[in-house]
Amino acid sequence: MTRISSMGIAVAVSVLLISIVAIAQQDQSPWLTNSVYGELAKAPKKAAARRNPLEADPEAAAAGAKLFAQHCAQCHGETAEGGKKGPSLRAPEVQQVAPGAIFWILTNGVVRRGMPVWSRLPDAQRWQLVSYIKSLGPGA
Amino acid sequence: MKRIHGCLIHLSLLAFAMILLVPFAPAQESPYFVTYDHYLEEPGNLELEYFSTFGTQRGAGNFIADWTEFEYGATAWWTTELYLDGQSTFHDSTIFTGVRWENRLRLLKTEHVINPVLYLEYEQISEADKIMKEVEGHDVESDHAVPNALARHDLDHELEFKLLLSSTRNGWNFAFNPLATKNLTGGHPWEFGYAIGTSRPLALKASAQPCNLCRENFIAGVEMYGGLGDRYSVGLADTSHYLAPVIAWNLPSDWTLRLSPGFGLNDNSHRFLLRWGLSREFSGFGERMARLLGGHE
Repeated sequence: MTRISSMGIAVAVSVLLISIVAIAQQDQSPWLTNSVYGELAKAPKKAAARRNPLEADPEAAAAGAKLFAQHCAQCHGETAEGGKKGPSLRAPEVQQVAPGAIFWILTNGVVRRGMPVWSRLPDAQRWQLVSYIKSLGPGA
Repeated sequence: MKRIHGCLIHLSLLAFAMILLVPFAPAQESPYFVTYDHYLEEPGNLELEYFSTFGTQRGAGNFIADWTEFEYGATAWWTTELYLDGQSTFHDSTIFTGVRWENRLRLLKTEHVINPVLYLEYEQISEADKIMKEVEGHDVESDHAVPNALARHDLDHELEFKLLLSSTRNGWNFAFNPLATKNLTGGHPWEFGYAIGTSRPLALKASAQPCNLCRENFIAGVEMYGGLGDRYSVGLADTSHYLAPVIAWNLPSDWTLRLSPGFGLNDNSHRFLLRWGLSREFSGFGERMARLLGGHE
């Protein structure tokens, strides 16, 4: 009986904890404030200065669009217009920044604000994402 | 026992009801079965995973050990996970063997050459558990030869600590996980183990067209894991070690398939393990759950 009740408690505590965390998450909407774009400015100069090696690749943006739909759209919106959890990537703050800074954010995430690191995607795929984001242009 | 089954049924029904309500999210999962890299679940997403291990057994029947994982991204730096374990031993029986509650905490804000993640787990499993999610202490093949009817009554409460060290460079992931466990029942000593793995996507660039069989959807690698003795006798002897090629197929249709044949490296090890797994990630699970429970939107 001890074994049964202990297991029940363990399961119940797990479910309760996950629920509490889920509810708590709803109050986290830092992406909706403009200050979030300030994260782009935190990219080290050397990282921001990196050129996109796929700049001349005509398929890079299309491949990036596919990756965006798979990994980014759930937070940033299907057309990158922004969502509940992620800011618009069509904003001038993103469109005017150096490609290297976007690549740096993709690599490192903004963990404390809820954006995961995406270094699990190979460099080439992150540059493809940069190509797609840059191809959007403001309000495109 | 009826309460266990009732509890599991309710939990499963709740999980599947929630799953029907949430959209799927394509995953980019690592191929490892035992080793962990430093990547956590995306915040608010739930990943439902089913794994199975077939193991050969000298001195008793071969077995199939199964486990289900409910992996939830609580934040971008914290992933929490519930495991339900079971096993079937040929010519013996099929039994439920326990639960595990795992937490992974990312320690650094940004990427570094080596990225540490703290792993904390509480296990309430019986000695009949055979999923071999880790090898620790002096774990040997003969431990699994005990009949289920006896082993299931020997219940362990265990705390497990791992330091997940992982690095990704040029598409290659390298991960090393030292572990320490403490069985809280009966004055057992601290036990130690390790897992090490490396993997890489078969292609680094994504193709422009959606496809199932594109090389970038496959990640292949190899992992090695084993015990390191206990506090009174640390070392590679008198324990078991395994080497296992691994492959994952991340389908655009949101499923991930994993496969891994494993080979025992010494006489204390099972000669052969065949692992496979199927998982699917569900985005926005946390939001849906919060809405259901009356949280803010």
